[in-house]
Amino acid sequence: MNATLRDPSKKIKVDFERAPLKVRIKEKYLSLFFLKKVVWYLFRLILLIGVTYVVLFPFISKIMGSVMEFEDFADSAVILIPKTFTFDTYAAIWSELDYVTAFMDTFVISISCAVIQTIVCCLIGYGFAKFKFKGSKWIFLIVMLTMIVPHPTLRLSMLTSFKEFDLRDPISVILGGPGLFELIGAGTLDMRNTYFPFIILSLFGIAFKNGLYIFLLRQFFRGVPDELEESAYIDGSGVFKTFVKIILPLSIPMMITVFLFAFSWQWTDTFYTNLFISPNQGVPLLVHLVEQYPASLINEASKLVSVQTRIYSAITGTTGIMIIMPLVIIYAFCQKFLVQGIERSGLTAD
Amino acid sequence: MTNELKLNNVKKKRKKAASLDKKKARAGWIFVLPFIIGFVFIYFPIIFDSIKLSFYDINPLDSQNLMFVGWDNYSSALFENPDFVQVLVEGLGQMVFDIPAILIFSLFMAVLLNQKMAGRAFFRAILFVPVIISTGIMEYVAQQDVNNSYMSGGINTGEEKDGGGFVSLMDLNWLFGDSPALEPLMQFVTYMINNIFNIVNRSGVQMLIFLSGLQSISPAIYESCQIDGASAWETFWKITFPMISPMILVNAVYTIIDSFTTNSNMVMTHINKQYDNGELYISSAMSWIYFLIVIGIVAAVAGIFSMFVFYQRRND
Repeated sequence: MNATLRDPSKKIKVDFERAPLKVRIKEKYLSLFFLKKVVWYLFRLILLIGVTYVVLFPFISKIMGSVMEFEDFADSAVILIPKTFTFDTYAAIWSELDYVTAFMDTFVISISCAVIQTIVCCLIGYGFAKFKFKGSKWIFLIVMLTMIVPHPTLRLSMLTSFKEFDLRDPISVILGGPGLFELIGAGTLDMRNTYFPFIILSLFGIAFKNGLYIFLLRQFFRGVPDELEESAYIDGSGVFKTFVKIILPLSIPMMITVFLFAFSWQWTDTFYTNLFISPNQGVPLLVHLVEQYPASLINEASKLVSVQTRIYSAITGTTGIMIIMPLVIIYAFCQKFLVQGIERSGLTAD
Repeated sequence: MTNELKLNNVKKKRKKAASLDKKKARAGWIFVLPFIIGFVFIYFPIIFDSIKLSFYDINPLDSQNLMFVGWDNYSSALFENPDFVQVLVEGLGQMVFDIPAILIFSLFMAVLLNQKMAGRAFFRAILFVPVIISTGIMEYVAQQDVNNSYMSGGINTGEEKDGGGFVSLMDLNWLFGDSPALEPLMQFVTYMINNIFNIVNRSGVQMLIFLSGLQSISPAIYESCQIDGASAWETFWKITFPMISPMILVNAVYTIIDSFTTNSNMVMTHINKQYDNGELYISSAMSWIYFLIVIGIVAAVAGIFSMFVFYQRRND
């Protein structure tokens, strides 16, 4: 014992009564506790894999349908995996439909809307989170109400208001008076088939789902400790400087989350897009490609009458995949912020 | 003398404090200003026009002008339109199933995804895919998709409404014995399983919100529970559930709003169809009736839930 202590190269060995290995393993792995753990682990794994399957299967089936030769649809032996792979459907959509222009237009609209909405909703959310002023609760309630109004409610009047765009104050609206542009003799503006309706709605935080973004950002900013701002104020920084220099850098994950939502929901949005932009009026968008079929594919499909609906459905699915491809790529890069942003917010519902 | 000075100082301080408050209130207004301007000058006119138009109709004698018809649009929506009331009732009935299913599922998944395990990041990423991708046009594409059911080899993935689901009521009754008391529960479970695709797709945001709520519960509480010998089941009901209850309120309200306002909703589809058929003003009236019902339900649910919500600390 002493010898081992003196020699540092040798490990100190302390002898104590220890159950033999066999018994120890038996105790550890044959207990009810361990069994419960294993069962729970397996149950959880199977469940998660099942849910993953449910989420992914529609996409897998669409991808498989998109690379399938049309003859395979008629072959009853082919269910999911195609016999012959082909990218003809993609090529036809790429070359015969307006894919590239539609992509660029959609990109411009989505990125500008997403950037503007993120900034504006940050401002509004911060205002609700950190400042107490008279009526702030009521205004926040109105923000929530804008989220509840169903789309068709506003369909008709939103279209007319952007067809004959004018700045009208509430009193003249109620009394039916003229708007500002009409008063100065400029006449109303027709904003259909331009980006302006999207930009204007985004600028004022009343676009699609902006109520949700404002709510999420407000909850996030509430979680930021007040001491941060107070110390900045004491050091002589103004409210806006503090917001830009201290608060915004802290909230980048949350901003990316909101940006991701805004971008992808604008990208696939059908309501506003169909309302303001008609497909044949110069601004083709990706959403409009869905109901179109390339001529060469229609030609081919007409040879296989029995499975025509399936072929058309596969073409629609392929267009769908081509529409969401950019979103998948962006999501792959941003998804870690998605959880992080929400996690760090310490979202509380009071 | 010194007292007076002190008093003066105090007065000065108060004055300064008040002005700081005012300054902050002013800053608050400036931050919120974009919304206020947008609401007053753009949103309010749109809303007002929408309400106004629901009381008007095209003049049959002079098609260029509109004519005030009072409550006619509303009465024809409610009493003359053959399907509207039926669709409304059916839609609300579906909601009764949908909303608890989404809430339970998303809470369950959030609890699962909050546990430490291999591949957690992967599963999280997959489960949030529908939030980003399966909206708008993709909802429409999914509705049109006929290949899905072919390719899954006969198993349907819940996109078809009835017939041949994963599980039928008979299976469950056979499994658990058919006692009449369990009947509603069985129906609910069958519904949930057969609509799993729909439910998974619609519970992404809710999962995010629940997950963030779970993250904000202090681990110290769980530790002390463990020391006191509480089982996982007890811990869930005594700690996690009350702590997450504010999130349940938020998610209930969000789910109601979301499922009421998606375009795949039955009532919305019906209203849109009316609009496309050229019945612009009646569809406007219908959507206002619908909106009032939504508001009523949201208020009722929020009221009922907030009675049971537990707040760890009350501020304000």
